[in-house]
Amino acid sequence: MAAKESPILSATKSNLESIQREAQSLKIDDLNFIARQKLRRKIKRKKRLSRSVGGDIALFTVLFAFGLFSAYPLIFTICNAFKPLDEIFIFPPKLFPKSFTFDNFVDLFNLIGNSRIPVSRFLFNTVFITLAGTVGHVIIASLCAYPLAKHRFPGRRLISALIIYSLMFSSHVTGIPNYMIISWLGLIDTPFAIIIPAIGYTLGLFLMKQFMETIPTELLEAAKIDGAGEYKIFWKIVMPLVKPAWLTLIILLFQSLWGADGGSYIFTDSLKPLSFALSQVVAGGVARTGAASAVSVVMLIVPITVFMISQSRIIDTMAHSGLK
Amino acid sequence: MEATNQSVNSARKNKRALIWKQVKANRTLYSMMAPYLVIFFVFTVIPVFVSFLLSFTSYDMLQRPRFVGLDNYLTLFLNDEVFITAIRNTFILALFTGPISYLLAFFFAWLINELPRRLRWVMTLIFYAPSISGNAYLLWSLIFSGDMYGYANAILINLGFINEPIIWLQNTKYILPILIIVQLWLSLGVSFLAFIGGLQNTNKELNEAGAIDGIQNRWQELWYITLPQMKPQLLFGAVMQITTSLGIASVSIALAGLPSVEYAGHTIVTHLIDYGSNKMELGYASSIATILFFIMIGANLLVQKILRRVGS
Repeated sequence: MAAKESPILSATKSNLESIQREAQSLKIDDLNFIARQKLRRKIKRKKRLSRSVGGDIALFTVLFAFGLFSAYPLIFTICNAFKPLDEIFIFPPKLFPKSFTFDNFVDLFNLIGNSRIPVSRFLFNTVFITLAGTVGHVIIASLCAYPLAKHRFPGRRLISALIIYSLMFSSHVTGIPNYMIISWLGLIDTPFAIIIPAIGYTLGLFLMKQFMETIPTELLEAAKIDGAGEYKIFWKIVMPLVKPAWLTLIILLFQSLWGADGGSYIFTDSLKPLSFALSQVVAGGVARTGAASAVSVVMLIVPITVFMISQSRIIDTMAHSGLK
Repeated sequence: MEATNQSVNSARKNKRALIWKQVKANRTLYSMMAPYLVIFFVFTVIPVFVSFLLSFTSYDMLQRPRFVGLDNYLTLFLNDEVFITAIRNTFILALFTGPISYLLAFFFAWLINELPRRLRWVMTLIFYAPSISGNAYLLWSLIFSGDMYGYANAILINLGFINEPIIWLQNTKYILPILIIVQLWLSLGVSFLAFIGGLQNTNKELNEAGAIDGIQNRWQELWYITLPQMKPQLLFGAVMQITTSLGIASVSIALAGLPSVEYAGHTIVTHLIDYGSNKMELGYASSIATILFFIMIGANLLVQKILRRVGS
């Protein structure tokens, strides 16, 4: 893949040069005879530097301790989902289920199934919102990212600056005008009230633009000389090269849309997404704790699976996320 | 004089003509950007200004907005004690969760980067999982549940630290610390991934060169060689972390309720949600949103300025 072999970001390059210079000046200024001796021994022994062994043990203990802190609640949630109700309320609480059961999932299915609207309807709503929002975002944001990353034209700097500023405040700031605008556009009580604002997610555009900047310009120029138009270059050359970035945008949008419950935008029950239906189950109180853990598992398993599949590509994209 | 004026004018005209020519030449590019930019302006850029304008009005969506000048701001700062509490809580939460989670994200990314491939994959998944697991943070309400079935109570009773259950989420002493814990649990998000990505892309040859040139240990290597290469990711991570930690709301509402007991878990955003969604005082809520906007942008620009100085 060309994207992988592409030269390091220009910023990193210039950093690199300054570091090299710094390293050189260190060499001249700071090394006395003893240090030189030490170094010679070190080079003979091993090139890789290390911390002290005790320090290493301490550091990795901290790392794994936090890992436990991080994973424990999730493992607990998953385990709870497979416990019979009396075991969830055992005192003192145990992590792993003694008698493994799918009852909670059956309960959950029955609880939602008993409502007027079939589960499949809620599922369809969520899948529709998630798919439309994610696909729309990847295509529309990439279309916008490509000129910003690889071309110069009047307005480019202004738009780039606006995008960076918009990363600096959360969506709460624009919540009220957004509601007004959505209602003026007549989108209230339609899935598009959630889909269209999601397409405009700025973090996705930003990451896509940063990633596209690593595409070698010569490649695009060669295509241009061959007579390809900008749209053709975009679809045939740019988009295949930025697949890792697609996955990143997909997971970012996926995690927010999969959990969207429609909030104040969707009133009609039959248009509500799955997580609304699930949250109704949770609201049923203590007796439904088992079903509620099953809900959490359903909600978390999908985004986590997507992340597991795409982890390395996502990190590849994130490597280029930097602000200059 | 007139001659120079004329030449300035014609230069300006020329420049405008030139820009117009460039715009026309690039019209395909503009057409590519148009769909996104329309959505971006309609749902992000214009709302910031609308919110600013609405903040000088009294508005409930049923009647036309009525201009009230600075009344909303004066009320907020002089007569709304809850808002002052909200600001205080927001800053406490942000000062704890922001820097700590930023440092943790970097520190863990740095350690994870040295692990063997498989283990690195697993650890990345474990650390990132909480922030994508939807509303799994609701589990914390089970942990801090007020009866003896709450896990925190169960453990403390079992160990003999307390005799009767603590009603964690109704107690003003514990609400903020609990929110900080849960928020830290959620905090290894996008910036964490950015750090891992950045670390994987650092130039390994530089480390060897550094070793020859007198870098003594890994800590020095981190400071003199790795960090300067990571600057772009560090700046990006800071933006993500600041925006999140000043916008804490959903965890507070889910765990402590809205309103929380004596507003102990109230933040600027929950105050905004309270007035915007529950009380439908949109003008007042807009003034909260405007203040939030300036706090967030201000904090971000300040931190950017500080971080850019690191290592230069």
